[in-house]
Order: sequence, then structure tokens, then C-alpha cells
Amino acid sequence: MKRREFLILPAKTLGGYLLASTLAGESLFGQNAPKPEADVKIPLRFFTAQEAAVVSAMTERIFPTDASGAGAREAGVVIFIDRQLAGPYGHDKYRYTKGPWVESIPEHGYQGQANPRKIYRDGIAKLGDFTALSAANQDQALIAIERTTFFQMVRTHTLEGMFCDPLHGGNADMVGWRLIGYPGPVMAFRHEIEKYRGVPYPKVEPQSLEQMLGRKVPGWEDEPV
Amino acid sequence: MERLKPVDVVVIGGGFTGLLMAKELATRTSLSVVVLERGPDRKLLDYMDDMDEVDFSLRFRMMQNISEETVTHRHTTADRAVPVREWGHVRLGTGTGGSGEHWTGVANRYPEDTFVIKSAIKERFPAARIPENLSVQDWTVTWKDIEPYYTKVEELMGIGGKAGNLQGRKIPGGNMFEGPRSKEYPVRPHLQNYAMTVFEKAARELGYNPYINPAATLPADYTNPDGISRPACQYCSYCMLYGCMIGAKAQPTNLLLPILKQKKAFSLRNGCWVRRIVHRDGHAEGVEFMDEQGRECFQPASLVIQSSFTSGNVRSLLLSKIGTPYNPATGEGTLGRNFTHQMSGGGNAFLVYPTKMNAFMAAGGQGMAFSDFDGFNRLEPDAQILRGGTFTGGGGGGHPIASFGATPPGTTTRNWGSAWKQAAIEHNDRTGGGPGFSAEHLAYRQNFLDLDPTYTDKWGDPLLRTTIDWTDHERRMRDFSARISDQMAETMARVSGAKLYQRPAERTGRRSGRYQTASYATTHLHGGAIMSENPREGVVNTFLQHWDVPNLFVLGASAFPHAGPTNPTMTALSLTLRSADALIGRYFKNPGKLV
Ligand SMILES: Cc1cc2nc3c(=O)[nH]c(=O)nc-3n(C[C@H](O)[C@H](O)[C@H](O)COP(=O)(O)OP(=O)(O)OC[C@H]3O[C@@H](n4cnc5c(N)ncnc54)[C@H](O)[C@@H]3O)c2cc1C
Ligand code: SF4
Repeated sequence: MKRREFLILPAKTLGGYLLASTLAGESLFGQNAPKPEADVKIPLRFFTAQEAAVVSAMTERIFPTDASGAGAREAGVVIFIDRQLAGPYGHDKYRYTKGPWVESIPEHGYQGQANPRKIYRDGIAKLGDFTALSAANQDQALIAIERTTFFQMVRTHTLEGMFCDPLHGGNADMVGWRLIGYPGPVMAFRHEIEKYRGVPYPKVEPQSLEQMLGRKVPGWEDEPV
Repeated sequence: MERLKPVDVVVIGGGFTGLLMAKELATRTSLSVVVLERGPDRKLLDYMDDMDEVDFSLRFRMMQNISEETVTHRHTTADRAVPVREWGHVRLGTGTGGSGEHWTGVANRYPEDTFVIKSAIKERFPAARIPENLSVQDWTVTWKDIEPYYTKVEELMGIGGKAGNLQGRKIPGGNMFEGPRSKEYPVRPHLQNYAMTVFEKAARELGYNPYINPAATLPADYTNPDGISRPACQYCSYCMLYGCMIGAKAQPTNLLLPILKQKKAFSLRNGCWVRRIVHRDGHAEGVEFMDEQGRECFQPASLVIQSSFTSGNVRSLLLSKIGTPYNPATGEGTLGRNFTHQMSGGGNAFLVYPTKMNAFMAAGGQGMAFSDFDGFNRLEPDAQILRGGTFTGGGGGGHPIASFGATPPGTTTRNWGSAWKQAAIEHNDRTGGGPGFSAEHLAYRQNFLDLDPTYTDKWGDPLLRTTIDWTDHERRMRDFSARISDQMAETMARVSGAKLYQRPAERTGRRSGRYQTASYATTHLHGGAIMSENPREGVVNTFLQHWDVPNLFVLGASAFPHAGPTNPTMTALSLTLRSADALIGRYFKNPGKLV
């Protein structure tokens, strides 16, 4: 059996709720949240620790932590991506994958045979020792691959992991939603829509789907493949 | 193959049209009705858990599993068709209610002259102006025939809107260019958000007649004539691509199923995939399907209702070898002919509003429109187009992932990294564009449907092949719409204090001007099994009865001879009710050809 790989991160880098929202069902700490100065070990579902480090570094260049606020690191974007790739999406379970595979015009979209897992694995391998580079050199390396399917996919997934419901493992502690003032999947705005017409909605504490419903909702990534 | 107990009626596909027909038959006759639906059962409670953008908007969790069946596309018969591998230009539903569960609920009627398009164009333009390969034809129904059914469907769903033409009396605030209505809408129009008020002001300033879109997402509590009560919409924004967790959006599962479930003679079987209609000597004997356990079954029936959406209907007829496939080279055959896809367009403006718009408070169907350019209205001679269309805007529905990242053209060199992130946060929930455009897609000889020679579904049956491209006429329609839209955007900027930018036409389809399958257009596919005055010009008669097989009825937009200018469902359901009346009033008394 494959040895279980972990992503090791200092607890304080991730949104405070990480353990509640991200590690659900993976009892690493029992009931006790780790101290901020401790490291957290996040079990990986698809990536090796090495690959996770590369992808994490990429997402941090795409959506950096900076003066404008939290970035991919605090949101735990790499955890989101790892789970997506481990689930039906990564395996192309819901894509039409019968041959013959032929190249076609851009109007027909992506016609390649590689599934997201393979696109990541191959793309990461080509990047080499990415984590050893300085931030500026990392940017140069990414600019060089900007037009590839791999980079486009990582960029898309970075935004997804930044602003998804925390049930998917990203947007830890809803740092992404706070950044843009998104209140979460609120069910009733009937009495607000005219009141806040042309008036910014007040900064509220966002609510995740789980908080809204008072119970856990499994993401599609948990469906067996 | 397991032979099941015969039933009176078998319905292929439990979506909007199939379940509406089932409801009519089950409540107005004592016939036994079985609906075979290939997707899962759906309940209101499922829709509590679905307010999740990743799974439902981005991974299409409610859609039909495209790995099992898709369509292929090529632009012309000289090209090679490739499969649509992930949901792109269309998104087909599955499960009880079909696409009627995750639809948006924009609930327009078609304009009066859409139904007599061929005669209208002929009367209006000299022959030299009419493209030689145009194959539009009149619909076999006129406004007078369909209007009462539109009214019934609006009452069934509780459409919220304001009449603009009540028995010929023009009323500002409604769509004054609609055909004369016999009645006001049953429910008031939607509340307005910020973007809608800006749209309205600008349109008025330019002398247009804006109105709030008619919508099936209930603007107020409502009880319909069947006694079904539904609460008002809460503007949760998880609407298109989601089911409604409170039943405010008109969906088959909240309008039709509660009634059907009380009927003993009715049953709905999920997980049942119909593969063939069995027929002999012009008579349908029943359907062959794979049941939920993967067993091959035969369901004998006296009447077969084909209602698995445009693409499913045409494919089923082709696979079952009912009718003559269309041949674009010779013009012979009718099955697959006049395939159309509702046209869309719009401008190149990019607006940055002075305020956040709270786009997360929104309902499907909520928005503004003006129809001053619909049909032949105000057609500019130098635009060189045969028909105009409706301009729309102001809809919200901003989910955090999809709406993130809009920045004014030229703000940053790349769309990632610190500078871009900062600009994107600053502009988040503050950007928009000029109105969109929705228009008729006229039918042409070269656009059609047939079976793909290469690609197959999960059972090994050939996929449906779509052969379609835009012509210069549609490209001119787009140019025309861009002019109107850009002018509106300028005015919207002025009345709101927004900053106006021009954006380069980016999307592949837009740039090349060719039909594309990679990004979303609309799930409004029409034709292929069209209604006609005679068997030489179409597949079904005016009551949607198959010309060759009188005990087979084919419901839905596959019967539309061309694509109307707005969304199709009100029209598809109206024709379904008209067909039900013909079945109940005439056919069952004396089964045979109705025309
Ligand atoms: C995202 C989206 C938004 C939309 N928004 C609007 C809108 O705003 N306004 C509007 O007017 N229209 C809209 N539509 C279109 C609207 O949903 C359709 O017009 C309507 O649902 C068509 O009804 P139907 O019965 O023909 O097909 P459907 O409702 O799709 O039902 C077809 C059913 O047949 C089943 N089926 C297919 N093949 C088989 C088979 N072989 N065996 C058994 N079952 C089968 C399918 O699973 C499905 O349940 C939208 C559609 C989509 C996808
Ligand atoms: S926006 Fe309104 S109709 Fe749509 S799902 Fe939400 S509450 Fe239901």
C-alpha cells in the first residue's frame, strides 16, 4: 500500500478554523485544536508531499498573501486542489472520455486525453525544483508556462480554492469570503434587496453552508471513484 | 428481455414537457401512465444542500452525466465532428423534472409574428434580400391558437410580470411589443436590484420601453389553479443550475409531481434509460429500455409520448428508425431538419460602478429587458438583417468564484499575482457591461441533426451529431446588437456615474464569429422534429403527433421550426397543453390521425 503523505504547515498560517472546516473526518488532533505555534500535518489524498509543496508555492504566486490581504496560503488552496484531484473530478469521471481522440479547433474546447490528475503530475514534473526559487524567479517560471493547460488549470483551481465553501477544504476560516465581503450562501435576502440597492451590504461575519444548515454536507470530491 | 404489463401511455423522459403531459392525462382521464426517466429522483430537501458553487455551478453536479452521453459537433458536412467532452455551450438536465429543475425561469412568450415567420419575411422583404438557403417555415399555429395556452401556463407557474399589451391596449412598464394578451400576469413583477434601476433609467432616456422580465421565480406568494401554494422567492441567488429549496421557482417537482403522486394510475420510474421505440407498420408498440438494475425491458403501450428534450427526441427517432433522416445535399427527408440554437449577442463595454451592487442577492429570471427592436421593429435598413431581438440586463447572481477577477481592460498585464489580486478585490461586485441580446435564430438548410458515425453512448448507441454554424446574417445581427448595447452602456455610465471602458472581444466564439461548444451559450436547442402543415415539411403535425406513427407524440422544442427570440419553455409547455387537449378531446375517442 502507498505510504500516506502529509502536507506539513505551521498552524498559524492557516485560517483559524482550518481544523474544523478542513480536517473534518480526519482525526489527527482529537477534539483539541493545535496551538498556533505547532505544525499541522494534513493527510494528502493525491499529491506527494513534494508535489503539494510545489503546487502550494504556485498558488501563492497566483494569489499571494500581501498588503491587500490573505492569499492562497491562508485559504489552504492546495488542500482544496488535492481533494478535487483525488475525487471524481480529478479522474474525469464526469467527462466524455471515449475515443477516438482528435485535435480540433479552439471552438471545441479542451479535447485532450489527459485528466486533471495527469495534467498536474506532468506539469509539476516539468517545473523542477520550483520551491527552491526566489519569488521573482518563481514568477518568471510561471510566466514561461502561462499559456499551458496546466497553468490555466492551476489558476482556475486557485480561485476556486480561495472562494469555495469551506466544505471543500479551501477558503479556510472563510478568509476568501472576508476579503470580498461575501456573506455566504444566505437563503433569504427578500427584505434586503431594496434596502441595500446602491448601498454596500454591511460587513457581516460570513456563514458557511455547514453553519447555515447546522450539519455537514459532503462535497462531490468525497464520492468514491 | 423482460416484457412488462401493458399500459395505456408510456412517457419517455420525466422533464418539464413529459410531466406536464402526464399531469394532464392523469388528472383528466383514467388512463394508466408510466413515465420512464433515466436520472434520479429529486426532492425539495435535496435543494437545501446544493447551495454550493463548486459542485453545482462549476462541476455541474445536477446535470446529466456527460460521460454517458453527449453530442458531437462540426460546422459543416465537410468537417469532422468531435464530441462535446465537458458541459460547455449547453447543459442538459437529468432526473425527475429534467432541465426544468435547474432552469433560470425567464418566462417570455414569443412575439406574435414568430409563428408566421416565413410569410412575414416574404411580405416584408424583396426576394433578393432573403438568403437562398433560408429554410424557415410557418409554425402551423397562430397567435390566436397559442395565446390561451400561454395564459394557462403562466397561471400554472405563477409567472410574475406586467402586461404591456392587454387585449390591444398598450401599457407602459410592460412589454408593449408583445402580442395581445387576454389577461394580466397572475403575479406582480420581481423586485429591482441596483443594476436593474440603472438599466431602466438609461433605456428610458434613450426612448426605449424597458420592462421587468417575466419570471417563473415567484415574486410573491401564489396559489395556482391546481391548488398548489408556493412561497415568494427569497433572492438567494442559487437559482440557475440549482433547484429551489423553498419551491419558489416553478419546477416540475413542485408544480406537477405533488398532483401526480396522488394518482393511482400514474407511476414514475427513475433510472430507466429508453433506447428504442418499437414500431411496426406505422404503429408504436411500446419502448425498450434498460431499467435501474441494468435489465433490458420492454414496456408495451397504446400511446408513446416522446419528451426527452430536443436532442433526446431527435436521437430517439433516429435510433428507432422512425421517419426519414434529412439529407442537406438533396433536401430530402425531414428528421433532423431545421436545427437551431437561440442567438445571443451584446456589446463590448465594461462598466465600473461607483458602488457595490450586492449581486449575491438575486433570483433567476430577475432582470430588465426592452423589446423595441424585436422582430421587424425599428429595423435599420443598413443593418442588413431580417430580424432584431430583445435586449436584456440587470440580472445578478454573482457567486464568489465566478464573479471574481473582473478588472477594467488594461489594468494589469496578467490575470494573476499581487497587482491583479489587488485590482480584482477593488473592483469586485462593481463591474458590468452593456445589455445582452437574445434573438431569433433562423433555420438554414445546412444546419441539421443526424447520428454520429464514430462516437457512441454508454450502451454503444451512436451519439447525436450537430452540424451547425452561424452565417453572415447572424454575424450582422451581432454587430447590430453591439451598436445598440454599447450606446446603452454609455448612457448607463452617465446616469449612474459608472466609468466606461471598451473591452476587446475575447471569447473564441466571439472572435471567430463561429459557432462554438466550449463556453456556455444557452440550453435552448430547437428543431429536428419540427411541426408542419404536411408530412413533406416536418416530422409532427400541429398537435405534435408524428406524421407516420399516429400513436406517437413528440413534445418540446424539437417541434419549433426555428428559434424564437427569447427563452423557449413557455412556448414548449403551451404546445404541450394544446397537444393534451387534442389527445383528450379527440384522439382517445377515436385514435388515429388528428390531421
Ligand atoms: C441552465 C439552464 C437554464 C435554462 N433557463 C431557461 C429559462 O430561463 N427560460 C426558459 O424558457 N428555458 C430555460 N431553460 C430551458 C428549459 O429547461 C427547457 O426548455 C425545458 O426543461 C424543456 O423541457 P423538456 O421536457 O423538453 O426537457 P427536460 O426538462 O430537459 O426533460 C427531459 C428529460 O428526459 C430525460 N431523458 C432524456 N433521454 C432519456 C432517455 N433516453 N430515457 C429516459 N429519459 C430520458 C432527461 O433525463 C430529462 O429528465 C434552461 C435550461 C438550462 C439547462
Ligand atoms: S432565487 Fe428565489 S426562486 Fe431561485 S432558488 Fe433562490 S429562493 Fe428559489
